[in-house]
Amino acid sequence: MSSPTPAQTPSTMPHSATSPSYTEFHPRWYRPKVSTYWWLGKWAYVKFILRELSSVAVAWTVAMILLQVRAVIRGPEAYLRFEHRMSYPWMIALNVIAFAFLLLHSVTWFNLAPKAMAVRVGGKRVPAVLISGPQYLAWIVVSAIVFAIIISRA
Amino acid sequence: MAQTIQLKVSRYSPERDTEPYFQTYEVPVKEEWVILDALNYIKDKIDGTLTFRWSCRMGICGSCGYMVNNEPKLGCATFLTQYASGPITIEPLKNFPIVRDLVIEISDFLEKLKKVKPWLIHHGGGGSNEYLQTPDQLEEFRQHSMCINCLLCYAACPISGLDPVFIGPAALALAHRYNKDSRDQGSAERMAVLSHPEGIWGCTFVGECTRVCPKHVDPAGAIQQYKLAGAIDGIKQFLMPWGQRQENR
Repeated sequence: MSSPTPAQTPSTMPHSATSPSYTEFHPRWYRPKVSTYWWLGKWAYVKFILRELSSVAVAWTVAMILLQVRAVIRGPEAYLRFEHRMSYPWMIALNVIAFAFLLLHSVTWFNLAPKAMAVRVGGKRVPAVLISGPQYLAWIVVSAIVFAIIISRA
Repeated sequence: MAQTIQLKVSRYSPERDTEPYFQTYEVPVKEEWVILDALNYIKDKIDGTLTFRWSCRMGICGSCGYMVNNEPKLGCATFLTQYASGPITIEPLKNFPIVRDLVIEISDFLEKLKKVKPWLIHHGGGGSNEYLQTPDQLEEFRQHSMCINCLLCYAACPISGLDPVFIGPAALALAHRYNKDSRDQGSAERMAVLSHPEGIWGCTFVGECTRVCPKHVDPAGAIQQYKLAGAIDGIKQFLMPWGQRQENR
């Protein structure tokens, strides 16, 4: 917004003597301040903030995966130490929270795709479900394969 | 149905007040009455000093946007009966300076609108010829051309409130509308102005602008599509800097 000129009544103005509240120039706009807690006022805003926060969970998970890869490279003893650290109750709680945020991150990302991709076939816009649907399907298939591998080796 | 309903209306007089306050009015409830009818009733019968913008009464002019129970709404399209026994809180649209009562200052938006060049840009040729367009080509941008500049999207967008230099939903949607128009050749010019943090990249896709839009323009969708075009443009500039410069000339 352009910055306002404060209300002023120059002494040179003939009106200033008769009406001190008279302003020849810029009106005195009221500029409401945005509260730090603006996002608590509406569920849609809370969801938005949670979605933005989910990027921290993504970064955390990437760091965990990199540490796991490093442990694999360093050998069985290092991997056992990594597993031990990952079994701390606070670490499990943290990873459960991170997983919930990852789910939120993925779902919001898949739902965004049809908004960003306005695909038209035969003059008509392709329904959103046909763009986000295959992504969900691929997600489920990949998750099922990973789950099957884990179960078969347990 | 209640015979009357309470309206808590935000009042602010720049000459008298340091901040807005609420004044309560009791107005009759009629099935066909919208918020604007109630405000006009107050103005005509109870308090002639109440100030608010309005014009067409049919969702075309975009003048009567107010916060109704903290939701951006068009006064002419919001029925009193939606709010049962009330009270109904009416405030000026959020994220704008308040001039008086429910009247907001919009010159900042008009400056932003100008920046996106919301008109057809055509380089040479044409003359008096018609620019033919098929129905399919029209469909590409028709939805985004329905904007009435009512500014409800700016009131719903938290980024517009937090970052005053952000160009905002309606102006960006209009830029996208002209980019998608088969008669327009100005997309590179607009991209140069809008592919920065004050433009398309300032949008964090909260999505509320689309939800509150009374004309179903889908500004959030338009901006995400614009971002995709901006990303492709950026990759092209990186891979073919020389070719891109030629195109932008």
